Amino acid sequence: MKYLNLLLLLPFLGLLWTPLYDRHDPVLLGFPFFYWYQFAWVPVTSILIWVVWKKGNRA
Amino acid sequence: MSTINPWALGVFILCFAATIVIGSSIQWIRGLFSKKTGGTSHEEWSLGGRGFGPWVTWFLVGGDFYTAYTVIAVPALVYAAGAYGFFALPYTIIVYPFIFIVMPKLWKIAREGGHSTAADIVRARFDSRALEVVVALTGLVAVMPYIALQLIGIRTVIQALGLPGDLPLVIAFLSLAAYTWLGGLHAPALTAFIKDIMIYIAVLVAVTVIPLHTGGYGALFASVEHAQTILKPGQGLPYATLALSSALAAFLYPHTLTGILASRSADTIRQNAVFLPVYTIVLGLIAMLGFMAHAAGIVTTNNSMVVPMLFQKVFPAWFAGFCLAAIAVGALVPAAVMAIGAANLVTSNLLPAQKNPVRASRLTSLLVKLGALVCVLFLNAQFAIDFQLLGGVFILQTFPALILGLLKVRFSATAMLAGWLVGTVFGVSLCWMDGLKPIHPVNFGLFSGNVSTGLLALGVNVILVIVVSAFCPAKKDNSATKQDRVENPA
Repeated sequence: MKYLNLLLLLPFLGLLWTPLYDRHDPVLLGFPFFYWYQFAWVPVTSILIWVVWKKGNRA
Repeated sequence: MSTINPWALGVFILCFAATIVIGSSIQWIRGLFSKKTGGTSHEEWSLGGRGFGPWVTWFLVGGDFYTAYTVIAVPALVYAAGAYGFFALPYTIIVYPFIFIVMPKLWKIAREGGHSTAADIVRARFDSRALEVVVALTGLVAVMPYIALQLIGIRTVIQALGLPGDLPLVIAFLSLAAYTWLGGLHAPALTAFIKDIMIYIAVLVAVTVIPLHTGGYGALFASVEHAQTILKPGQGLPYATLALSSALAAFLYPHTLTGILASRSADTIRQNAVFLPVYTIVLGLIAMLGFMAHAAGIVTTNNSMVVPMLFQKVFPAWFAGFCLAAIAVGALVPAAVMAIGAANLVTSNLLPAQKNPVRASRLTSLLVKLGALVCVLFLNAQFAIDFQLLGGVFILQTFPALILGLLKVRFSATAMLAGWLVGTVFGVSLCWMDGLKPIHPVNFGLFSGNVSTGLLALGVNVILVIVVSAFCPAKKDNSATKQDRVENPA
């Protein structure tokens, strides 16, 4: 159950390592990669927290 | 700056006044609907009776976390600095895993011990009056410029409507004072609904209509190529460290913590950690306004005016008035919660026990707002965002006492005090030497670049806490209560 909490480190890794996403291409719907990549982390983070919350409760 | 448009001004006054009236009369309205109004008790005024469910908490925390700072300063920074100003987005994402892990534990401790502030929690944990006072004072000093920032936000939009001089500021101050005095925490909790609905309407219309005018998002980014749509070399490190330090500091502030402690249960907080990120999407879209201003041909050196000018240029007068009212209300809600949070610190942690704590809190919240007014009158408002980041350096130094205090490992109060003192002095001196900038250049051989000053100071602080604790361990305390044994948050 505690191992599940490690999922919550993913947003930190994905967003604080800027060389990972500091680029213009590929462009999505007019948005450079830099922007849509960071926007995409919003729902992903919500889902990760939800999973940890629900599964963590059950265990 | 421009001539007064009667439509814009009329809609603005209508929306703004309605919010003030509703917020101020909330205690009376509540009396109509329910018999049990705890009306006058201090917990009722300061924490809404600790009974806010998931929805109210969502609006309240969202309402006081995403402030006028969001709507004016973030697009202003994006307008001026391009992609770099976007660090608010990662910041408001990574804050949620942190809230999810830490805040339910703090809530439980506060609930069981009847604590209403961070300083209360720290006193109970470390049994140290000195540490309590230090944490309370830090909260107070850090929240003051934050309230000032909200007043600046209100002043900016009223000025954009064409009202000159200090009159706007007086109006903003009086409305805020009336509103908090009468309603307590229930006032911002209710008006947060109004604020959010108005902000959502304004932002959603703005981010769909403006790109239509300027040829879609593709053209938007093409038009601002010169203002750089990705980070410049060397901006990656400050971008990431500012996001991290802002996220760690965000919920140490008296106002955000007030919102958390006022919720009904620990699960209310967990649920909100899942759903509050919806606001972050809106924040990202708001940041886009900075690029849209370039595309719409807004040219100004006063960055705070970027958003009001954009709204007035693109929208018909009545809708621009509505949007500006949304920003003003958006400043009112957090400013009220901040003043309440600060007042709680003063009455429960700094002053001796009061016979009439509600009265004391009301008076203090008034004084706190006066202090903020002084800040606005005497300090430069140009880069409001740096201003807020400086408060972040202070508040971050209470991180060890409040958050590391949750760990099973026992640190001593002496160590916490030493860490706080050195961290604060170190952080403030660096800021001072760098000309009140939130980042500081560091060089460790292989690794060099600009790092958030708050984070550097926190690093020094934590090292000191560990070292001093090793030499001067916590006394075997006899005041250990069951709340002290909290699970390791790792």
